[in-house]
Amino acid sequence: MQVTKFPTRAAGVSDRMADFMAHLRLNGFRIGVQETEQALLAIADCGRPTMRNVRLATKSVCTGSAHTFARFDDLFDAFWKNGGRVRNKDRQTPPRKQTPDVPGMHSSLRAWQDKTGLEESGEPDEPEDGAEEQDANGHGTGELIASRQRQMRDTDLRQFASPELFREAEILAEQLGKAMRHRRSRRLRKSKSGSRLDLRKMIRRSLAYGGEPMEVFRRHNPRRPSELVILLDASGSMTLYAKIFLAFLRGFVTTRQRTEAFLFHTRLVRISDALRDKDSLRALNRLSLLANGFGGGTQIGSSLAHFNKSFAAQSVNGRSIVLIISDGYDTDPPALIQAELIKLRKRGCRLIWVNPLKGWRGYEAVAGAMTAALPHVDLFASASTLGDLADLEPHLARL
Amino acid sequence: MRHGAAGLSVAPSPLGYEEMTWTDLKDQMATAGYVASDELAMALHLSISQGRPLLLEGAAGVGKTQVAKTIAGIRGAKLIRLQCYEGLDASSAIYEWNYQRQLLAIRATSETGQGIDKVEDEIFSEKYLLERPLLEAIRQNDSPVLLIDEVDRADEEFEAYLLEILSDFQISIPELGTINAVSRPLVVLTANGTRDLSDALRRRCFYSFVGYPDRKTELAILAARCPDIDDHLALQIVSFVQDLRKEDLEKTPGIAEMLDWATAIAGLGVNDITDNPAALQATMVCLLKTEADSAAITSEVTQRLAGKAA
Repeated sequence: MQVTKFPTRAAGVSDRMADFMAHLRLNGFRIGVQETEQALLAIADCGRPTMRNVRLATKSVCTGSAHTFARFDDLFDAFWKNGGRVRNKDRQTPPRKQTPDVPGMHSSLRAWQDKTGLEESGEPDEPEDGAEEQDANGHGTGELIASRQRQMRDTDLRQFASPELFREAEILAEQLGKAMRHRRSRRLRKSKSGSRLDLRKMIRRSLAYGGEPMEVFRRHNPRRPSELVILLDASGSMTLYAKIFLAFLRGFVTTRQRTEAFLFHTRLVRISDALRDKDSLRALNRLSLLANGFGGGTQIGSSLAHFNKSFAAQSVNGRSIVLIISDGYDTDPPALIQAELIKLRKRGCRLIWVNPLKGWRGYEAVAGAMTAALPHVDLFASASTLGDLADLEPHLARL
Repeated sequence: MRHGAAGLSVAPSPLGYEEMTWTDLKDQMATAGYVASDELAMALHLSISQGRPLLLEGAAGVGKTQVAKTIAGIRGAKLIRLQCYEGLDASSAIYEWNYQRQLLAIRATSETGQGIDKVEDEIFSEKYLLERPLLEAIRQNDSPVLLIDEVDRADEEFEAYLLEILSDFQISIPELGTINAVSRPLVVLTANGTRDLSDALRRRCFYSFVGYPDRKTELAILAARCPDIDDHLALQIVSFVQDLRKEDLEKTPGIAEMLDWATAIAGLGVNDITDNPAALQATMVCLLKTEADSAAITSEVTQRLAGKAA
């Protein structure tokens, strides 16, 4: 049997347990000091302290969701068994690629720029039509800051991926998040200063006073915030846009509690927790581990099927807006994507499909998956530039 | 059984439960017809010995509610159930005054001419208090099992209120004062993912995820619940359902569905599921609960699965 060696500095079981909790915390478990204490109490109560008993006891204390429940056993082995991998090697600073340092650039943004994905050379490749389009738009470089800003926003995302733009994308996401209006529930709830009288309750309570309505009760329609679910295509054809969209996504996820983010290529992964991580370096490590396969092929249909099966029940309801960001180039049969979109629509959500290619001149939705999807989408929008993303605002407010 | 069920009681003073281990508990539950996984047995054991709530999550029909019923049966405790739904509020979960009786009492006393204070004391007494599940649970002399079913269906505001009760086990009624728990109930909460529960609630509970059972466990469950079915047929039934779960279905059949189906098959007098394809297809209504699923599992699919199971 594999046994655990205690490091010489460890004072005892409780010290080791605190380390274990730190290990779980590093791996995204939301637990605190209280759990350490409870875990120790649980171990005291679990009978003979064999590894099996201790595992089961700590599992019932430290886990709190199906997701953590499934991961716990591996993490337990990694920490307590000598054969297991104790530390995540990725956490040690990797030899980073040198990126041009921008003064005033937030360190987390720099990290994002470095890592959001790919081992590509520093310069994004320039599309042939991009430069021409810029000239046609007639924006020079010597203009005032405001107009330079405008030019940046009109640039095709592929052409330009600077840290400023990253930050702008995040700010934009924040604005859009605020634009999404909260609906009022149709149900009435009691409240101290509601606009309507709660007659039923007043009459009921008046019985206690012999039929005199002595107390006033009010009701109001509580706010029901709309929930946003974003599915981002990170396949090969989307690679260059995906980088910006990830920053955009992060803006959404960090500013709004009720946002779920998913990444898909040939499979689908949930990245909300990774994006929400306050430690941006750790967030990136988690993300790059999760996004394994980034830039590969696309299977939109089966990714959607996976989403419908595993996540939709929890994260999509009648108040949700589902935003799919994809170019619609799919290797799955179009019939599959159609069937899955119909299934998703049945949950009562509103669907927005954002296609970065739509902004191109002469673009027509001829890709099989795209034509199959269009009839089931509430809004088909373009977003090859940040300006286009900003234009989504009135639509989000209306939906 | 090593320990009498009646002697068991929950912390703060666990009498008679101290020496019991989780494996004993697991055995007791198996005797009572519930085959629990190791994780579940341990979580339940800890929540009994430490007096903290147990949160169970899992798909519909995997036996979450049954856990509470079984443990109540083993301990001979009263089972108090609170079914949550959207819009559940304090007056239907905790307590309410019996207004009609109060009104009658006021009318009756107005003729005798009693003083107002006396009337007030009278009508705001225990006699006129309607107990709802949560209040009822903390006022039992013998520690009961409180089942809060589908807690994720209730609103977030109610969840916050629940937290308060689960941490202190006391309820304050303005007219009567604070009511402290006579005995600490064993609280079992179930959820099946209608919405995410708050971290605060999760952290107050021991947690266990109840998944679909593996083949061996499911056989044991079937044997415990339907002992009349012979081994060969039981094996076929379980294999069939296990394979059916791997198919692409909207509603995966749970244990409850499997047991229904087994009862149906046994009721039809079928001894081998490959014998009568028409009857087999007809009984699929026990397992498939949506139109799309019934359409997807055609008789060819059923035959293929049955052939594999046999």
